[in-house]
Amino acid sequence: MALNLEDIKRIAHLARIEVSDTEAQETLNKLSGILGLIEQMQAVDTAGIAPMSHSQDVTQRLREDVVTQTNQRELFQSIAPATQDGLYLVPKVIE
Amino acid sequence: MMINSSLKQLGQQLASKQISSVELTQAYLQRVTQLNPTINAFITLDEEKTITQAKAADARIAAGDFGPLTGIPLAQKDIFCAKGWRTTCSSKMLETFIAPYDAHVISQFDAAGAVNLGKTNMDEFAMGSSNETSYFGGVKNPWDFDRVPGGSSGGSAAAVAARLCAAATGTDTGGSIRQPASLCGFTGLKPTYGLVSRYGMIAFASSLDQAGPMAKSAEDCALMLNVMAGFDERDSTSVNREKEDYTRGLAHMHGEQPLKGLRIGLPKEYFAEGLSADVAKVIETAIAEYKKLGAEIVDISLPNNNLSIPVYYVLAPAEASSNLSRYDGVRYGHRAAEYNDLQEMYMKSRAEGFGAEVKRRILIGTYVLSAGYYDAYYLKAQQIRRLIAQDFVEAFKHCDVIMGPAAPSTAFKAGEKTSDPVAMYLEDLYTIAVNLAGLPGMSIPAGFAQNGDGKPLPVGLQIIGNYFDEARMLDVGHAYQQVTDWHTQMPVALENI
Repeated sequence: MALNLEDIKRIAHLARIEVSDTEAQETLNKLSGILGLIEQMQAVDTAGIAPMSHSQDVTQRLREDVVTQTNQRELFQSIAPATQDGLYLVPKVIE
Repeated sequence: MMINSSLKQLGQQLASKQISSVELTQAYLQRVTQLNPTINAFITLDEEKTITQAKAADARIAAGDFGPLTGIPLAQKDIFCAKGWRTTCSSKMLETFIAPYDAHVISQFDAAGAVNLGKTNMDEFAMGSSNETSYFGGVKNPWDFDRVPGGSSGGSAAAVAARLCAAATGTDTGGSIRQPASLCGFTGLKPTYGLVSRYGMIAFASSLDQAGPMAKSAEDCALMLNVMAGFDERDSTSVNREKEDYTRGLAHMHGEQPLKGLRIGLPKEYFAEGLSADVAKVIETAIAEYKKLGAEIVDISLPNNNLSIPVYYVLAPAEASSNLSRYDGVRYGHRAAEYNDLQEMYMKSRAEGFGAEVKRRILIGTYVLSAGYYDAYYLKAQQIRRLIAQDFVEAFKHCDVIMGPAAPSTAFKAGEKTSDPVAMYLEDLYTIAVNLAGLPGMSIPAGFAQNGDGKPLPVGLQIIGNYFDEARMLDVGHAYQQVTDWHTQMPVALENI
C-alpha cells in the first residue's frame, strides 16, 4: 500500500497535527519504510484466528456508583493554559 | 564502596544507623551533581523535596517503623506522575506539567519510605530504543560516552549503571527496560502484564505498557518488585491476586547445582540472522554456566517471532494515537501561542508539542485505524498477536524458562540509527514478543564484548518466564549472580568520582 503526499496530509488532519509541505515529504519517506515493514504481516494466513486485544482474558471490573474522589478543580486547573471562573478557555466555537 | 552496595547492604547500614538516609541521599546527589551534566540521566532534580523525604525516612528508622527500602534513594523514570514534581515524559508537550497526583508506583515507594532522588530522562513518551527522541537531549552510556544507553528507559539505565542512584524504575512496552539493561550492564525486569498498576504512569500503548525495577542485581529487583507489585482498583487491567514475596527463594540458590531440574528453552529464532557474533559468544558462555548450575537445555522454537516487530508497529502506534489524543492544549500541556480558531489551536499545539518520532507513530496509528484499513492492519495484527502468544504457550510445555539475548548487539553510537526508524525498530527483535504475549522478561549482565576502541561493552542475557513466574526468574538470575560477578562491575572511570 503506497502512500502519497495527499494521504499524509489527510492522515495528519485526522490526527490534528499541522504539517508543512517539507515535513509532509519527509514524513512520507519515513512512513513508507515503516509500512513496508508492516506489510510482512500480509503473507500470514490468519483465517479463523480470533483477534487478541489483550494478554489477559479478563472482563472489565465494575464498581459501585458512588463518589470516591474529592473535587480538586482548582488544583487541576492550576496547570491549564487558560481558565476563567472554573472553566477552561478555548477559542470561540459558536457564533 | 557504598555506591556499589546492594539494596540489602544499604538497608542493613541504615537499620543499624551506620549511615543516615540524609547522608546516603546527599552522597548520591553529589555524584549526580558531578556526573549528570555529562551523562544527562536526570531531567528533574528537587533537592529540597528529596532531602525532606530522606529526613522523614530517618525519623521512621529512629522510630523502628521501617522496611527494606526505607531511606534508600531511587531514581524514577519521568513517565510516573509524582505529586508536585515536574513530570514531562521527556516531551515539550509536558515541559511545564506539574503532576497533581501520585502514580501507584510512586505512592507504593513513598509508603515504603524510599527516597525519590529525581526524575530520569527517557525517549519522548517512551517511543524509542536509544533515548535520542527525548526533548531534553540524549543520555550517555556510562561505559562509553559516544554510545547510547538504549531506551526508552535510558536515563534510569544510565543512572543505575553509573551508580547515580541505588536503583531505579522503568517501563517496558516493547523492551524499554530489558534492552537498556543489556546495553548498560545491569538487571532489569519487566513483570507480567497486570502485575504492577499503570495508574499515573503516562500511557503509550496501554495493552503492552508495564512498569518494573532496574537495579544492580536480581536480589535488588526482587526487593523493588515486592514494593511495586500488587492489585490497584484504579487500573482496570490490574490483576487481583495474592501478594508474593519475590525474595522467598533466593536463599536456596547456593551450593552445588541449585538449579538442578530447571529446563531452559533456547529458541532457535533468537540465535539466527540478526544476532551479532560477539553477543552470541557471551550468551553461549552464560548458558554453559547455567548447565554447571544444574539446568538442562531444551531446543525450542518461536516460529512467529519475526512477525512481532510488524505486529507491534501496528498495535503500539494504534493505541498511542488514541492515548495521545488527550494532548490538545486545552486542559494541560503545551498550547501554541498563535491560532485563529479551535481547530488551528489543536493542530498547532500538537505540531509544536510533539517530536518527530512521536508524530510518526501517531500518524501510523491514525492510518491503520482509519476507515477502510482497519481489517488489513489492526485486526490482522491482533490475529498474529495471538499466534505469537501461542508460540510461548507451546514452548512452555517443554521448558520452565526461556533464555537468549536481550538485544541483537551491544550499545551503538549516538546518531547511528536516528535517520532510519526501521533500523531502530529492529533493536527490539528479542523483546517485543514478550510484551505482545504479556509475559515477564528480564535481562541480567552476562559479560562484555569489546568495542573498536577496546572499551568493554556490556551484554545482557534475557530470561523469559511464564505468566506470574517472576519469583522463579529472579531465583534463576540470582543463582547465576552467586557464581559470576558481571553484575557488580561498573565503568572503571566512574568508580572513584
